[in-house]
This record gives sequence, structure tokens and C-alpha cells, in this order.
Amino acid sequence: MKIAVCIKQVPTREWQPRLNDDKTWIRDQDASFEMNEPDAYALEEALRLKEKHGGEVVVCSAGPARVAQVIREALARGADRAIHVEDDGLASADAFVTSAALAAAMQEEKFDLTLTGLQSDDQGFAQVGVILAEKLGLPHATIIMEVEVTEASKGLRVKRELEGGWFQWVGMPLPAVLTIQSGINQLRYATLKGIMAAKKKEIKKASVPAGLTGKQKIASLYVPEKGKKTQLIAGTPAEAARELVRKLREEARVIA
Amino acid sequence: MILVIAEQSGGKLNRTSWETIVGAQQLAGMIGGEIAVLVAGANVSAFAAELAAAQVKEVLTAENPALESYTPDGFTAALQDAIGQLSPSHVLLPHTYQTRDFAPKLAARLDRALLTDVTGIKQAGSETAFTRPMFQGKLTADVVAQGPAPHFVTFQIGAYRVDQVAKGAAPAPVRALSVSVDASTIREKPEAPFQQAKQAVDLSQAERIVSVGRGIKEQSNIAIAQKLADALHAEIAASRPICDAGWLPMERQVGSSGQTVAPKLYLALGISGAIQHLVGMKGSSTVVAINKDPDAPIFEIADYGIVGDLFEIVPAIIEAVKQP
Repeated sequence: MKIAVCIKQVPTREWQPRLNDDKTWIRDQDASFEMNEPDAYALEEALRLKEKHGGEVVVCSAGPARVAQVIREALARGADRAIHVEDDGLASADAFVTSAALAAAMQEEKFDLTLTGLQSDDQGFAQVGVILAEKLGLPHATIIMEVEVTEASKGLRVKRELEGGWFQWVGMPLPAVLTIQSGINQLRYATLKGIMAAKKKEIKKASVPAGLTGKQKIASLYVPEKGKKTQLIAGTPAEAARELVRKLREEARVIA
Repeated sequence: MILVIAEQSGGKLNRTSWETIVGAQQLAGMIGGEIAVLVAGANVSAFAAELAAAQVKEVLTAENPALESYTPDGFTAALQDAIGQLSPSHVLLPHTYQTRDFAPKLAARLDRALLTDVTGIKQAGSETAFTRPMFQGKLTADVVAQGPAPHFVTFQIGAYRVDQVAKGAAPAPVRALSVSVDASTIREKPEAPFQQAKQAVDLSQAERIVSVGRGIKEQSNIAIAQKLADALHAEIAASRPICDAGWLPMERQVGSSGQTVAPKLYLALGISGAIQHLVGMKGSSTVVAINKDPDAPIFEIADYGIVGDLFEIVPAIIEAVKQP
């Protein structure tokens, strides 16, 4: 099976947000970046499917030059080669632009299966995988927790997560696009051998199709207004703990 | 016209449909226009009658045997047809897993903007801006849709309250739309939904919950949280990464993919407060957050907060609870 995995590079969980001067985007140069977590699970699933059914795993990423870091990481974990749609404007692109850029670069590869994370930890649209499927004319399923390949690699049976602890199996023909939920598998980490091997693997550069315009504009970006007035309790751990317990007993009356 | 797409599944109207109607009523108050609510499926007249209680211009049904089970191909075809007939300015949907499955496809097919996970609407100069979280809730953005109508907007679960819905003096008229769906073009073959684990623990009934997140660092540290739960006569729960790692069973997960809880006390240990977690617990009466990061989004919805090392603070709380 020829499997594509779409990977996004996003700010790390520890990153403290800082805004640019016109407060419409973050200060990219201050951020540290990592592989979007659900995408890491999608990569792992692709590697496991390749181990079971053969074929190759191709990493596809749309972003500025810095994205090469997560592409190398994916190659070190076992992906065979990569396609990097490189453009500075992709750093803050909306889901339509990102998926159009990926679709253009992926179209002629004719992948049997494309995996993405279910959403990104930066803009969190939860749209790219589904739009990509529509642009490539393929069936899709979202928030997937298990993937079975059926009928001599002609079809899929996948477990969709529904809300509140419910699940559903869905069948569909290949080629197809799936968005993968975190926790579908246990992640592997790159070995030293993998890191060395990654240096020799191909990263094909692609450019963004001309004339793409976004469908949403960030008018302003800010630190959220607090919905509730939080009483922050200061002091040493012992003092803060005593004060919290007193408040929970006397103000909130929620413990005995 | 503002079009609300109501959601039904498993013989029930999803109550988040009412939240979306509240959002539509707010939007209509700002930009004018009438509201229509559409419900699609194989047999939806009962849902339409229920939705007609809302103060809207009309309720529309889009019935077709090919919509018996939800599929993205079937629902996209049906709604594409319906939207073509109605030419709405906005199409509003609840940000459910089902919406997430088909709305991007529908918007892409029509080549229109889709703003997801929206929590509010505001006027930004002459434009209507939709507020949505970004960067895991660390930042909020006011976003303006670009390009021609209709603009698709999905509302975060809990963004609007069901009890805020304006009801009409008399039921709204119900009208049947005829939508064509070619069943042979539906590529997905869904099976019956099922519940994986026996829900031995019903966290929705718990009065007090101690919940742990990534800040607990290691599986062996769960014991520290369990001790606190025991001292407070609370149930223990967790955010998704803890259950993914197998440190606590999936049935103790709180959030959009786990249980929705509303205890008297929700004590969050080392939980940053990603949206997917917050939607599962923001109905709690009193929220306490203990986190080393003062900017963690959990503090935005906490009543009481302690910024610091949970490994020092939790034993101190257990000690303090023992004192009368």
C-alpha cells in the first residue's frame, strides 16, 4: 500500500504565546515547534500498516522552511520519503489553503490511503483531512481509533469514535482519507539508526498553487478574557492548601 | 436567511441543536434575517415537530431513504441540494463529531468558508466576527469569513445554553423540502454504533471529582491523586492523554470523547484545560485548578486556583482536610 501521512508542525505545549505587532498572529520567531500530536499517531498507524501490508509511507507537510524539522523526525521514525510544500504564508494559512496546497502536491502520487491527525494543536480547524478527501474525490472517515484493511487491500473497515464512549465501524473502498484520533496506538520513537538513515531519504519540495486565497481572516488575536473570576490562592503549599480547604468548606460548601 | 442544521441520531434529537438555535437567534438580532431550522434523515417529522417550538420562521425537513444512517456522502449530497434551494447567508451547526465529519466536505464542495468551534459572535466594525479558541485555548481569535455566502459556522458544545432559546407563541410551520440523494454514490457503509466498555463508573452522578492531567507526569503518581480523592470522598477521573496512556481506564475520561460531568466540586490537577476537556466539565459548580503554569486555560474557568507544584500542594491539601 502506498500511504501518505500529512503532518503539521505546531508550537510546543510549553510555549507561552506572544503576539505579533498588529495582533493577528503569533510571533513565530519566538515559538518552539514540534510535531502535531494527532499527526504523530497518524504516522505511527501508517508505519504499522506498512509493516503489515507492505508498501511505502510518504510524509506530506505544508509549511515554511522550519517544517523540515518534523519531516526529518518522521523520516527518522520510519517514513520512506517526504513531500514538503514550502511557503512562508502556510504558517498561518487556513484549512482551505493548506488542503489545496497538499492536494496539488499529492494528486499525481495516487496514494491508496492518506492519514491525517484529526485536528491541529495550533488553529484547531479539524478540517484539512476532510477537505483534502473532497478535493481528491475520495471517501473519508474521521476520528478513527482502529484501521482494518480488507479484501486484498481493496477496502477499509475503520472504527470511528463517536461522542460519550460510543464507537462505530464504517466500511469504504480504497483509496480513502482517514483522520486519526490520538491514542489509537502507542508511539515509537526514532532510533539512532533511524536518525542516520533519515539523512539519506528524499524530501521533494513543492510549491503552493498560484491564486490561492484564504476563506477566513483573523481580525484580532488575544489572550482569552476570563469567564469566571478566579480566586488565586497564594502562599506556601501548606498555607495555600489550608486556605483552599477553608474556602471549599465555608464559601463553596462542597466538602465536609 | 440563517439556516440551522439540527442533528439527530439514534432516534434522538441532539440537544446541542437547541444551542445552535440560540446562536442563530443572537446572529439574527445582530444582522437581521429570518431563521430556518433544517433536520435531515429518513424519517424526521417527530424531530421537526419538537424543533417547531423554537421562535424561528420555519422548520424544514429533508427526508430521503438514503439518509437512514448517517454517511458523509449522503448528508453532503442532501444538504448541498437543500442549501442550493434556500440560498442562506449563514449555515450554523453544532460542533459535534458528526458535523466535523461532513461540514468541511460540504463547505469545500460549495467552495465556501467554514469557521469551526465558535464560542461567540461580535461586531467588528462593519463586519461580523466569530470568536474561536486557538492554540489549545491559550489564545482567542475574532475571525471574519471571506468570500461569498453562505458562510458555515459550527458552535462549540456549551457555547450557548439550551435554556436561553426563545420559544415561539405558536409552533413554527413545518415544510418538507425534497432533496435528491443517489444512494449508489454513497461510498461509506456504516455499521450500528456500540459502546465499547461497560460504563461501570457513572461519573455524571459524582458529587466530587479529582481529575488528573499531563502534569501528573508518571503512572505511579496517580496514587497521589487517588489519596486526595479518598480524602475528599471523590471519584477519580482524567483528561484524555492519561487514559490514552493507560494510566487510568477509558471509562474515567472526562471530555468530548469521554464522560460529561457536572459535580459540585471538580478539582483539576495538572490539567491545562484543552477545549476537548473543558466541554466535558464546565457545568461543574465549583472548579479548583492546581497547575504550575499560571497561563493554563483551566484557570479561565476555575473558581479557585493555586499556581504551583501539585506534588507539594496535594499532600498539603490531604493534611488540611484531616483538620476539622
